[in-house]
Amino acid sequence: MSGHSTYEPKTALTRWLDARLPILRFQAELLDFPTPKNLNYWWTFGGILAMCLGIQIVTGVVLAMHYVPETSMAFNSVEHIMRDVPYGWFLRDFHAVGASMFFLAVYIHIFRGLYYGSYKAPREMIWILGMIIYLLMMATAFLGYTLPWGQMSFWGATVITNIFTAIPIVGDAIHTWLLGGPAVDNYTLNRFFSLHYLVPFVIAAVVGLHIWALHVPGNNNPLGVNVKSPRDTVPFHPYYTVKDGFAIVVYLILFAVFVFFLPNSLGRADNYIPANPLQTPPEIVPEWYLLPFYAMLRAVPDKLMGVVTMFGSIATLFLIPWLDTSKVRSMRYRPTMRWFFVIFFFVCLGLALCGANPPDKPLIPNANVGFMLGDNNINSYVWLSRVLTAYYFVFFWIIMPFTGWREKTLPVPDSISTPVLPAGGAVAPAE
Amino acid sequence: MADTAVMHPGVPHDPAGEDPSRRDFIHIAASAGALGAVVAIAWPMIDQMSPSADVLAMSSIEYDFSKVALGQEVTIKWQGKPVFVRHRTPKEIAEAVAVDHDPAEYHGLRDPQTDAERVKPGKAEWLILVGICTHLGCVPTFGQGDYGGWLCPCHGSQYDTSGRIRKGPAPKNLAVPDYAFLSDTKVKIG
Repeated sequence: MSGHSTYEPKTALTRWLDARLPILRFQAELLDFPTPKNLNYWWTFGGILAMCLGIQIVTGVVLAMHYVPETSMAFNSVEHIMRDVPYGWFLRDFHAVGASMFFLAVYIHIFRGLYYGSYKAPREMIWILGMIIYLLMMATAFLGYTLPWGQMSFWGATVITNIFTAIPIVGDAIHTWLLGGPAVDNYTLNRFFSLHYLVPFVIAAVVGLHIWALHVPGNNNPLGVNVKSPRDTVPFHPYYTVKDGFAIVVYLILFAVFVFFLPNSLGRADNYIPANPLQTPPEIVPEWYLLPFYAMLRAVPDKLMGVVTMFGSIATLFLIPWLDTSKVRSMRYRPTMRWFFVIFFFVCLGLALCGANPPDKPLIPNANVGFMLGDNNINSYVWLSRVLTAYYFVFFWIIMPFTGWREKTLPVPDSISTPVLPAGGAVAPAE
Repeated sequence: MADTAVMHPGVPHDPAGEDPSRRDFIHIAASAGALGAVVAIAWPMIDQMSPSADVLAMSSIEYDFSKVALGQEVTIKWQGKPVFVRHRTPKEIAEAVAVDHDPAEYHGLRDPQTDAERVKPGKAEWLILVGICTHLGCVPTFGQGDYGGWLCPCHGSQYDTSGRIRKGPAPKNLAVPDYAFLSDTKVKIG
């Protein structure tokens, strides 16, 4: 991270500080960081995500001043925040909508990394740390969703913690240990609150490592070629602070639309019914950002294999740097893989659709089409989710290694400057 | 390193004159001590999440089942979990027993159990079950599904009139809790 900064403390005070705690030097190096000059707006989601994490931590810490993690009071304390606490509705809606905005941004960020090959050497650690952040985000979102202690909170917690009972032999013991008793109850709510407060700070720490790892090789870029000379880069500040800042403002507009006009559109109405341990809601559906994984869980008729499939889909993501055998990073120059990627994107959307619908529901609401195949009619969401789950795994485990090996790629530019400047931006040789 | 240094066997290895085995001993002892301390502190941190004494103490309840009419199901709470108390009709019992005597159907069960193994002798009209789907813990709905028993709203598992798993992703029959009839009107669960 060092070597590119021209920081020189100018006053006696900053010279004194620089010799003791070089924090201004550190900041200057971050701001001066040489960044490829061709980053497009897909690259602004890193900054947007940092803002999302900040919003969640700040609103969350404030909400914790009013929330009560006790089963008889949790639901009412959330309503108290909504109705009685000054600006409580604003903070709570910002926090709840914020979770969705955080996931929307992280999915765009991940798909950007996939498209431009940002996981490929030497950036494997950035990708793996990113996947760890993604896992921690899912854990945090799940824990947080439990806290309002509505019907979806309670039954979501019940279903997700029961996933652990699928583990042979020790599953039941782990389940009881996680919950703190035989079923989800007050003891569970207490610890979920504690962990929901903790994990975001762990995320912040891993984000620090993610950025540290990023600053070793530097950013990838839409061309996927390495930075060849200082001509290919611009300092992070002011070029990308301004670009990221503009993107953040645009994103905040979307944020505001949801917070002020559609605060409940992303949640389920059932969560405004207080938790009832004796009555499961007619349909349990997770928040939208977890729907594809929920569809995979339900696609497999066997409990353990369903859980293995769901976790396998996430574990696979960690291995992408080694599953992709192509020497070309950016899919701009991978005409075959680009199409498989587009299909993969729609498969993920399709899996989300499957997760949002009951497995037995017919895809085409006409009972006369389709036939029975195995345990269900072919014309059902469960069969669609099976086909899409199969593509998800085939994409990573077969298409990705095989295409990388066989694909005829397009010519890749020599450097970032080549496509835009004559002679690659090199200074014309002296006459 | 082209050259090779050889020590006389009688000369201590460390030119500074320190005995290397003593230093190794200190390293190993300190590491082992630190590891032991970490484990000793980690265990209470882990075990505090196990069920506490008061949770474990709430282990049994008594219930007056005389108010459960023929054909009804009543759900009561035991250890934070729903328990189904079913007063089965003769037709429902016959349906459950019929499966036991049909070898094809019985061996087709995912978790084979006869109806008699799931009720107390002479009390076949009373079916007492933990009302938690063995798939992912939802409460199945009584009176739905194709087998006259329960349908889980979460992932579509179906149970018969004996609470046995017949269709869907659940691996096991609905669990039968430990219980005993104390009198003609009282049952102790747990």
